Amino acid sequence: MTDIKVNTAPVLGTDGKAGQHLLEVENLHVEFRTRDGVAKVINGVSYHVDAGETLAVLGESGSGKSVTAQTIMGILDTPPGFVTGGAIRFRGKDLLTMPKDERRLVRGEGISMVFQDALSALNPVFTVGFQIAELFRKRRGMSRADGRKRAIELLDQVKIPAAATRINDYPHQFSGGMRQRVMIAMSLALDPEILIADEPTTALDVTVQAQIMDLLAEIRRERNMGMILITHDLGVVADVADRIAVMYAGRIVEQADVHSLYAKPCHPYTMALLDSLPRLDLKGQELNTIKGLPPNLLRIPSGCAFHPRCRMARDICSAERPALIQLGDRASACHFAEELVGRE
Amino acid sequence: MSSPEVATATSPTEPTAVPATPAAAEVAPRKEKNRGLWSDAWYELRRKPLFVISAILITIFVLMAAFPQLFSSVDPTVQDLHKSLEKPDFGAWFKFGEQGQFGYNVLGQDIYARVIYGARASIVVGVFAVLGNMLLGGFFGIVSGYLGGWTDTLLARFGDIFLGLPFVLGALVILSTFASVQSDPSAFRITSLVILTFIVLGWPSFARIMRASVLSTKQLDYVHAAQALGARPGRIVFRHVLPNAMAPMVVVGTITLGAYIGAEATLSFLGVGLRPPVVSWGIMIGESRNFMEPAPYIMAFPAAFLVVAVLSFVMLGDAVRDALDPKLR
Amino acid sequence: MSDVILEVRDLVKHFPIRKGVLFKKTVGQIKAVDGVSLDLHKGETLGIVGESGCGKSTLAKLLMNLEQPTAGSIRYQGRDVLKLSAAEQRKLRRNIQLVMQDPYTSLNPRMTVGDIIGEPFEIHTDAAPKGDRRRKVQELLDVVGLNPEHINRYPHQFSGGQRQRIGIARALALRPEIIVCDEPVSALDVSIQAQVMNLLDGLQRDFNLSYIFIAHDLSVVRHIADRVGVMYLGKMVELGTDDEIYDTPTHPYTQALLSAVPVPDPTARQHKTVIRLEGDVPSPANPPSGCRFRTRCWKAQEICATTPPLLQISAKSPHPSACHFAEIRDVVHAG
Repeated sequence: MTDIKVNTAPVLGTDGKAGQHLLEVENLHVEFRTRDGVAKVINGVSYHVDAGETLAVLGESGSGKSVTAQTIMGILDTPPGFVTGGAIRFRGKDLLTMPKDERRLVRGEGISMVFQDALSALNPVFTVGFQIAELFRKRRGMSRADGRKRAIELLDQVKIPAAATRINDYPHQFSGGMRQRVMIAMSLALDPEILIADEPTTALDVTVQAQIMDLLAEIRRERNMGMILITHDLGVVADVADRIAVMYAGRIVEQADVHSLYAKPCHPYTMALLDSLPRLDLKGQELNTIKGLPPNLLRIPSGCAFHPRCRMARDICSAERPALIQLGDRASACHFAEELVGRE
Repeated sequence: MSSPEVATATSPTEPTAVPATPAAAEVAPRKEKNRGLWSDAWYELRRKPLFVISAILITIFVLMAAFPQLFSSVDPTVQDLHKSLEKPDFGAWFKFGEQGQFGYNVLGQDIYARVIYGARASIVVGVFAVLGNMLLGGFFGIVSGYLGGWTDTLLARFGDIFLGLPFVLGALVILSTFASVQSDPSAFRITSLVILTFIVLGWPSFARIMRASVLSTKQLDYVHAAQALGARPGRIVFRHVLPNAMAPMVVVGTITLGAYIGAEATLSFLGVGLRPPVVSWGIMIGESRNFMEPAPYIMAFPAAFLVVAVLSFVMLGDAVRDALDPKLR
Repeated sequence: MSDVILEVRDLVKHFPIRKGVLFKKTVGQIKAVDGVSLDLHKGETLGIVGESGCGKSTLAKLLMNLEQPTAGSIRYQGRDVLKLSAAEQRKLRRNIQLVMQDPYTSLNPRMTVGDIIGEPFEIHTDAAPKGDRRRKVQELLDVVGLNPEHINRYPHQFSGGQRQRIGIARALALRPEIIVCDEPVSALDVSIQAQVMNLLDGLQRDFNLSYIFIAHDLSVVRHIADRVGVMYLGKMVELGTDDEIYDTPTHPYTQALLSAVPVPDPTARQHKTVIRLEGDVPSPANPPSGCRFRTRCWKAQEICATTPPLLQISAKSPHPSACHFAEIRDVVHAG
C-alpha cells in the first residue's frame, strides 16, 4: 500500500464489504432518553472483528465505547437506552433482528464478555465452582460432577493456583486479580468465538494488570478468538492490540493498525491524546493538554464534535461533519485527514 | 465565552483556556438552574402520578385537620336523638351546607362532620409522634453513629430493649397505666400521652436508621476534607453529616406517619387511646361495634378515610424514597 | 535541595482487627504503615508510588493528622506535630492541606462551590475578614481556571476535572506550604488529567508549594515528582530522585513495577524487559517475615526470610534501597 487512495464515501469496516467478517457492527445508532433530553450516545459506529485478532476500542468516558459493547451483548438497559439504527452481524446474522431465544444462545457461546468490576459481576451467594458448573449444566446438559470437573479445568487454564480447592470459595474470598481470572474463566466456559473485554484491568494494580493482560493475550492466541478490548488506557492498547478504533462523542474518529496509529496519528484528537500522556521513559516539562471538556451528549457540537477542543479547527469544522474516510489502510474522520496522512 | 471558535457553534461545552491562563473560564457542561439534591428530588417527584395523587390527598387531609369548618358547618358533638341511626343522604353529597351525607350514629351525631373533625386527631398524633421520633431518634442516631465506640454500643443495647417490646402490647401497657380505661383524661392530656407512647416505643428504629446513615456519611471524603481543614465536630455534624444523612429518615418518617395514624385508630378502638370528647376515626370505628348490621355506614366511612389517609402517607414515602435514591434513577 | 520542612521518622500505623459484639477483642493487626521515614524539602514534589494495600493512602491520612499514628514522629518546621495542643494543631492544619482522589465524593453535594471553597475561611476566621471572603473565593476560582461567576453553583453541575479544580482551590485557600495530593488525577480522563497536572505544576511555581504526591500511576509520578519513594506492604523499599528510580532502579520490586507499566508505544512490545510477578500482594494483616517482597521475588534467598533489609545505600545501590541484593537494572529503556 504505497499510494494513498482517497475515498470520500463513509466506509463500513476497514476493507469495505459487508458480510464477510466474524462480527460486524454497521452504522449503529443508540440513544439514551433521559429526563434532560435525548443523549445521542452512539452515532453511526461501524467496526468488525475477525477470529484471531484484537481490536481495541479506545475512548474517554462518554465516548460510547462501552455502550457499543453492551449493545452487541444485548445487555443495554432499555429504557433509557434505545437502538435507533444499524445492524450487528455475527456470522452474517443480524443480532438486533434475531428472535430473543436465538440471541440468548449467541451470548456466551458466540460472544462473551469480561467486565471491569468482577466483584459485582459475580453472584456473591454462590461458590465460583457452582456458578461455572451451572453454565455447563444449563447450556451443555452436563451432570453436576462433569460440570464441576470442567470448572476446575477452566480455573486451571486461567492459572488459578490450587483450582480444585479454590472452586469451593465464594467470590469475595478471591483477591482482585484472582476474581478477574474467575470471570475470564466463566466467560470462556462455552467456548465463545469472540471475547469482549470492557476495561478488564482498570480496577487492578499494575503488576496484576500485566498478568491479566498476558493471560488474555495468551488465551486469544490459543483459542484463535476474536477480541474486542475496550479501554481508555493508551499504554494497554499499545501492548496487545492489532487494530485500534478511536471513539469520540459516539463516533469512530480514527481507525488504523496499532503501529501506524502510534507512529503517525491522523486525527487531531488522537494526536492530542498521545501528546497529553505522561511518559514513563521520558521526563517532560509541561504536558500538552486538550483544552475544554468532553462533549455533553445531550448537545453534541455541530459539525465535527471535536472542533471546540481542536487546535486545527477551521470554519468548515463547525459547519460540516467530516465522514470517516478511508486513506489507504487507515481511516480518519477529519476534514484535514489527507494533509495529516500526507505529512512528513 | 465569546471566543471566536464557538461563535457558530451551539456547543454546550465552551472552549476552555489552558489552565495556566485562567482568564477564559470553564463553563459547566450542563446549562441549567442551580439544583441541589432536594430540588432535584422535587423535580423528579412532580412528574410521578403516585406522588401527585398522594400529595393532593394529604393536602386535603391536612386542610381538614386545620380548618374542618371549610368542609362541614355542623358541630360534630351535637346530638340529636331524633336522627339516631339515620341512613346516609346521598342526595346531599355534593351540596355544601347540607348535613347527614354519611348518615347519623346512635347518638344522632352527624357522621360526615365527625369524620372531617376526626382527621385532626389522626394528623396531630401522626405528625407529632413522627417529629418527636425524628428528633429523639435522630439525636441518638447521630450521637452513636458519630462517636461510635462505647457510646454506640450502650445506646444500641438500650434501644434494643424498646425494640424488643411488641408495639401494641407496649402501648397498651403504657396507656392503661397512665390513663386507665375508666379514667376521663382531658383531650390534651390523652393526645399527648398517645404521642409520647409512640415516641417512647418508636425512637430506637429512627435512631438505627440515622446511625447507619451517619456511619456511611462520615466516611465520605468531604467529611475528611473538612477534618483536614481543622473543622470542629459541631461544624462537621451540622454542615456535612446531618444534611447528607437526613434522607433515609425523612422517607421512613413519612411511611411511619401513615402507620401511626393506623395505630392511633387501633388504640382508640381498643379504648386505651384517644377517647371522647375527642373525635377520631378510631373512636368512631369503635362506636360502630354494636351497629354493624343495622348501620354498617357508621364504620364504613371512618374506615375508608383511615385507609386512604394511611395509604397516602405510605405512597408518599415510597415516592420520596425513589426520588431521593439516586441509584434508582 | 534546600531546607527540610517536613520530617517523618519511623512512622507506624497498625489498625487493630476487632471481633465480638459487646466486648470487642483485638485478634490481630493490619500493618498499614510500618516504619516509614521521609523528608520533604521546600518547593519540591515527593512522589509516593505503590500498589493498593501498600499503605500510601494511610500515610496521607497520617500526614494530614486524620489518623493517629501507632508510633513515630512527624516534624513540621522542626516541631513535633503529634505533641502539639489541639489549638496549635488546628493552626498547623493551615499549612498542610489535602487534595483527594475522587472528585465526586470529596465535595459536599449540598454546599455551593462558594461555600465549599469559603469553608476554610469560616474555620480559620482570622485568615480573612468576613467581607473579604467572597472576593477571595472568586480569586481562588480564577487561580484554578474556573469561572468566578460560578460561585453559586453546586458540585454536580461541574465535570470531574472541574470538581478536582474546586478541591484544589479549597486546599489553596489558606495558602498552605505543603499539599498532600492523594491520587489527584487517577479518577480523571486522560485529556483532563494533563490539564490538572499542569495546573498543579503551575501552582507549585506560583505559590512555592511542596507536594507529597501519592499515586499508583508511575507515569504520572515520573512527570511531576522530583524525588520518588516506592512503597510495598507498609514499607518504603526504595527512595531516590526520579532519575534514580526510573532509570537506575535497584530494588526488584521497583523493577517489576516499572516493567509492568504499559508503554504507549507498540514498537516497545518486542524489546521491552518483561518481569512478571507471581500472585498478588500478601495481606498486610499477616506480612511475610524478613523482606516483605520475598514471596514474589525472583532473587529471594534464605537471608530474605530471616533479616528484614534496611533502606540504605549500598555498594551496588547509590541511593537508598531496601534489598539484600540491590543492583541497578534499567527496565524502562532496556533495548
